[in-house]
Amino acid sequence: MNRRANYGLLLGAALLAGFVCVWKLQEKVDAERTTLRLEADELTLRSPGVMKKLSLEYAPLMGAIYWTRAVQYYGQKHHMHDQNLELLWPLLDISSTLDPNLIVAYRFGAMFLSDAPPRGAGQPEKAVELLERGIKANPDFWRFYQDLGDVYYFDEKNYLKASQAFEEGSRNPAAMGWMKIMAAKIAAEGESLETSYALWLDVYQTTTDKDVRKNAEVHLRLVKAQMDLRNLGQVADEFAKRARRPARSIIDLIQTGLLPGQPLDPAGFPYVIGENGKAELNPKSPLREEWLREKKK
Amino acid sequence: MGAPEDGAPFFFWELLAANILRHRRLTMRGGFSKNMDMSQAAIEIENLSKEYPYGFLSLKKRKSLEGLTMSVEDGEVFGFLGPNGAGKSTTIKLLMRLIFPTAGTARILGKSIDDVSMHGSIGYLPEQPYFYDYLTAHELLDYFARFHQLKASDRTARVQAMLKRVGLDTAKKIQLRKYSKGMLQRVGLAQAILHDPQVVVLDEPMSGLDPLGRREVRDIILELKRDGRIVLFSTHVLSDAEMLCDRVGVIVGGKLRGIGAPGELVDMKEQGMEVLFEVSGAAGNLPLLEKATRTGERYRVQLPEAELYSTLDALKAAGARILSVTQIKPTLEEYFMHLVETDRAQASAVEVSGK
Amino acid sequence: MRNIQTVAANTFREAVRDRVLYNLVFFALLMMGAAILVGQISIGIEQDVIVSLGLSAISVIGIFIAVFLGVALVSREMDKRTLYALLAKPVKRWEFLLGKFFGLVMTLTVNTAAMAAGLYMALWSVKHPLLKSDAFILAAVYLILLKLALIVALALLFSCFTTPFLAILFTAGIYVAGLFAGDLRTIHGVDIDPGSLRLMRGISYLLPNFQNFNVMGAVVHGRGVPAAIVWHATLYAILYIAIVLTGAAVIFSRRNLK
Repeated sequence: MNRRANYGLLLGAALLAGFVCVWKLQEKVDAERTTLRLEADELTLRSPGVMKKLSLEYAPLMGAIYWTRAVQYYGQKHHMHDQNLELLWPLLDISSTLDPNLIVAYRFGAMFLSDAPPRGAGQPEKAVELLERGIKANPDFWRFYQDLGDVYYFDEKNYLKASQAFEEGSRNPAAMGWMKIMAAKIAAEGESLETSYALWLDVYQTTTDKDVRKNAEVHLRLVKAQMDLRNLGQVADEFAKRARRPARSIIDLIQTGLLPGQPLDPAGFPYVIGENGKAELNPKSPLREEWLREKKK
Repeated sequence: MGAPEDGAPFFFWELLAANILRHRRLTMRGGFSKNMDMSQAAIEIENLSKEYPYGFLSLKKRKSLEGLTMSVEDGEVFGFLGPNGAGKSTTIKLLMRLIFPTAGTARILGKSIDDVSMHGSIGYLPEQPYFYDYLTAHELLDYFARFHQLKASDRTARVQAMLKRVGLDTAKKIQLRKYSKGMLQRVGLAQAILHDPQVVVLDEPMSGLDPLGRREVRDIILELKRDGRIVLFSTHVLSDAEMLCDRVGVIVGGKLRGIGAPGELVDMKEQGMEVLFEVSGAAGNLPLLEKATRTGERYRVQLPEAELYSTLDALKAAGARILSVTQIKPTLEEYFMHLVETDRAQASAVEVSGK
Repeated sequence: MRNIQTVAANTFREAVRDRVLYNLVFFALLMMGAAILVGQISIGIEQDVIVSLGLSAISVIGIFIAVFLGVALVSREMDKRTLYALLAKPVKRWEFLLGKFFGLVMTLTVNTAAMAAGLYMALWSVKHPLLKSDAFILAAVYLILLKLALIVALALLFSCFTTPFLAILFTAGIYVAGLFAGDLRTIHGVDIDPGSLRLMRGISYLLPNFQNFNVMGAVVHGRGVPAAIVWHATLYAILYIAIVLTGAAVIFSRRNLK
């Protein structure tokens, strides 16, 4: 009997050791495979129609699954600082086909399809297509018009269409009052920093999606910085007019009482005065990179 | 009675004999009322046939039962005899409406076999029974009993009584999947007689049972007979048939070959005498010894009755010790084997001739 | 009628003692737990995912039970000859079949109710007060049950005249085909001749239109289900089931057992 027990223990220990080896080996294999740089997220089936047929009557569930995949895809790419988001549109295309009433998919898509790399896929035309589909399937959801307007305004820079979108959305009795105001403002002025800030602020405040909120925050900071720089520029110009020379640093502006104190950008870095007396972002500020990218657009 | 090879005439003769017997039995019961229909037997079968299509496109037909016509009388124990595949089970299944005849009709207790309500007076034990193995014996009997429209109290009482009668009282709460074959056979019997049916039909009730089990089944059949029930059962064990049946029907190759009391079916003509004797070496060369079969110092020889006494004298002279002298009577087994062999010969003859 | 009741009660008992059932229900409850987990990684649609995953699990598992048990119930009896002793009793063959049907439908009702309770518990654990709109989930569950009853009837029909394997195949096949029946009606193409179109339309009406019982899209997003849909689906199910069971009864009544 003792022999049997010893045998059993030995066997159990061997099995355990075996599993530990398998575990360690798997970790090694994982590490090796990342060097392969395989597109791990290949979509084998790209046709939304086929997927819908295959889902039999479980399309809403499949839609939710594909939506989850889309979010995970975006998250991973973002985490790895990979700018290639080419699968985002197919994933959202399938999700919205499988479940046309999945509101969040449209809203998520609207933001991350249209936004320029590295934050998004840079395909605003696809975002428009997605949103129009969303509006067709959910005509009562007025916020799609808001999203549509945002896409036209920020990424397509088509202010006529943006104004029209806001106008259309404002007709819904449930819509917020500022939709109508925004429609008029954009129609009149086109792009303006105040408008941009207001639009991003609303998104930031009303969204329940973490990724969307984070992205809105990034944009808000940038717009705020732009507004600050504009105001600072005006102050610098005022100084140049008064002192008959361009400002050399912020100290100049503070000393002449034009500024109450050292203004900080939204990242917490102090603004500086550049060579030609123009207001600029601090070279150490992380906003600088984004700002330069915005300027190139 | 003619020899068994006479086919149709023999069969007809047997039917006639059966009718005569029936008439005799009725008169023995002390007369019969004018109202009683003389042809109303408990089970009447007329030209019952069953064909199975087989082969390519089911064009060919295999006759598993051909033109069975017979009857079973009230209070009778009737046995179907025959080799495997002869058509005994087919007949019983036809009667129980598990399969449908391609020709012919049958009536049980005066009602057509199509009348399912008549099943209330029939008990049936299928061949190699298998029951819901997730139920216990008690639950199974209770379940089956519910189809017989008994009052609840009556039902419980009967179920209990049946379990006791077949000796399963102690095992009644065990699931049937744990039962041995013999126990299943007993459960089968119990559910067959639970509702005290007038007719009890048993398909190979002794199969797979040990001698004790077989004895128990035999006892139950005899009890049923004593209670005046009609019992119809099939078997290929000849000794059971000889012991239990009032009448026997021999089915071979789908046809009824003979019907009658077990003793009547065989040629009662004696076939001589058999002498068993012992002789030591001193006997020398008796010409008789060559005709005998030998085991050690014992010899067995068959001879016609006429030669008996002369042979005995010769043996006495040779100093042999006579062990026994018996009359040779053909048994049901020989009759049976003869039928089977004839049938096989006929079948192969048909094959050779190419239909 | 009492015979039907007797067979139904025994069928229910048989299903309950069949351990496969417990595994499936356990699996379903596991799905509810999974739904909660999945909901946490699907931002913004936690409740939608729980409802859609829960209803899908109830539907899929219910279909598995309906098909496999539905086929097994009759096939197993014929195979193992448990039917022999039963049919020797004063019970008609169609009574037996109806009893099997009702017994299995009872089983499915109990299972579905248990799984629906699991779904409500999962939902409750995620968003504590249950809204009135959550009552519509019951409508979806009820319609799923109607669908399962129809599938059981089909499974019984097929197992009356084919082998168990083929019966499962046919039943599953009709289920899938029935889901696309609506599409068959609206099919259009340049080179399809009118005769074929008419044929396809005819087939589309003959097939059981299983989409009639599908309201998942609406219920998942908290929208309601009109009473008219529930009512008409019920009528459809009753009518179609009656037709199928009649066919099954006719076939079974004439069948020669082994």
